[in-house]
Amino acid sequence: MSTFWIILTGALVASACGIVGCFLVLRRMALVGDAISHSVLPGIVIAFLISGSRDSLAMMLGAAAIGLVTVFLIQWFHQSGVQSDASIGVVFTALFAVGVVLVSLYTRHIDLDLDCVLYGEIAYVPWNTIELAGIDIGPKAVWGVGIALALILALLFLFYKQFKICSFDPAMAAAVGIPVALFHYLLMGLVSVTTVASFESVGAILVVGMLVVPPATAYLLTEKLGRMIAYSVAIGCASSVLGYGLASLLDASIAGCMIAVAGGLFLVALLFSPSHGVIFRKLRQKRMIRHRTAS
Amino acid sequence: MAGEWLALFRDPNAQWILFGCMLLGLGSGVIGSFAYLRKQSLMGDALAHAALPGVCIAFMLSGSKSILLFLIGAAAAGVVATFGIGFITRHTRIKQDAALAIVLSVFFGIGIVLLTRIQHSGAGNQSGLDKFLFGQAASMVRSDVILMAVISAVLIAVCALLFKEFKLLSFDPGFARGLGYPVAFLEQLIMLLIVIAVVVGIQAVGVVLMAALLITPAVSARYWTEKLGVMVVLSGVIGALSGLVGTYVSASGNNLPTGPLTVLASTVLFVVSVVFAPRRGLLSKVLLRAAARNELRREKEFLLAERRERREEAV
Repeated sequence: MSTFWIILTGALVASACGIVGCFLVLRRMALVGDAISHSVLPGIVIAFLISGSRDSLAMMLGAAAIGLVTVFLIQWFHQSGVQSDASIGVVFTALFAVGVVLVSLYTRHIDLDLDCVLYGEIAYVPWNTIELAGIDIGPKAVWGVGIALALILALLFLFYKQFKICSFDPAMAAAVGIPVALFHYLLMGLVSVTTVASFESVGAILVVGMLVVPPATAYLLTEKLGRMIAYSVAIGCASSVLGYGLASLLDASIAGCMIAVAGGLFLVALLFSPSHGVIFRKLRQKRMIRHRTAS
Repeated sequence: MAGEWLALFRDPNAQWILFGCMLLGLGSGVIGSFAYLRKQSLMGDALAHAALPGVCIAFMLSGSKSILLFLIGAAAAGVVATFGIGFITRHTRIKQDAALAIVLSVFFGIGIVLLTRIQHSGAGNQSGLDKFLFGQAASMVRSDVILMAVISAVLIAVCALLFKEFKLLSFDPGFARGLGYPVAFLEQLIMLLIVIAVVVGIQAVGVVLMAALLITPAVSARYWTEKLGVMVVLSGVIGALSGLVGTYVSASGNNLPTGPLTVLASTVLFVVSVVFAPRRGLLSKVLLRAAARNELRREKEFLLAERRERREEAV
């Protein structure tokens, strides 16, 4: 049973991240996920200090708030003339440093493990269950990530067209009257909710990986946004299943194995994708040269 | 109070650590300004994460916790990572930010797999690995600090010697190629210097925060000047100052980790730059805008007065 819950959590994280990540990759903001997943640390610690419990809801709210602050600060520094990647770097490292200092100041003897925040431990997911009216209804992480995924699906269903135009041509989106800034912050809000919901149970690194690697793999395979999202979700789920298998084979970190498998799939797509793969492109170039010289 | 301050600096071990952290801040500030101008600020972040599998493999192969071997392993992994990022961006339509994120997370994932393998196989005490990754300058021994200082000094020397080449490369690589500079070699050299700075810095400030030492001083320095030479020096000074403050506060008793404090010190300097820098700073922008508004109002009043005068004359 615990195997099922772990794979389910992995697949849910992969699906939620895979969908949101497609938009991040298309909008060249892949590293925002990395930034948010690190900068939510002070939010979690502050929420923990105020509420005094490891209650997920308080932590999630604190983290989501800091996530939005991060995005806002990045945008603000970028607009005031700092290069976008540098503004990402400045903001998230500063917030992460605040978080680490807070952890070492106040919570040294309390159970808020830094390593666990960073690499997470998906293996503990099945033991952290919630009860409703006395009945065990499954792990907390599954519910958290599941709700985030439902939120993403609902918003995407309602505003698919708007998200699509905003990611490919923001100028045109503004011209046809779509509130681009609103959708930017909505997307960033989704990224931070996804990150926060996932990383308490699976660790920041799995979230960052799942936000970028499967969407980038899908980006190499197709030209259509709808298909890219579907492929990205499928690749994410496949890497979580295969990653679990690899982890039990090697007796190593499950989250790490899932990312390693996703990386392997990316490498395969990088080399063998029919449209964008390196090998087929080389072959096509050669054929073209031969064709030219022959004619 | 002053006596305690000085006492802290008189402890030879603290002196070494202080010296090492300052040199580290100086070196990473200098190389960071080139990274910033070449729009590769987050390269440091990616390389710091990518170093993990290198360190683990070095440990697995040698079985010892020698810092030098760790550095070599981390540097090798860093070089592989830069090649990977370059390959992905050159051969596909994936942009640099996604390539960085892919390499960062996949390398770190593989690193965690290896780390957990090491932990589970129980090959000796692996706590040194943790220290190496999360950084604790206070736990460095004298030989580590000497190694760090020497490498930082070499880094600064290379930057000083090749300043002209790096300058041209940062602003106009096409022109540099036209002049016959070995552009590909120089680009790889800058990458290598970033790798070295990152690898050396990891043990002092940790994986995540190493990126800040490369980025924050450079961005702060950029606020103050339009000249590369001034910017590089200023960035180095800001880096060294943050190293000094961070190490000092960390050592002054409350046992806070050095890395985050160093980063916070440089963030404070960054915020000061954002607010007070001449011309680009917030304060000077507000003042400039107020001055412009006053000027406009005065001009308007003057025109109105003139018009009134003319009308009165006509009447």
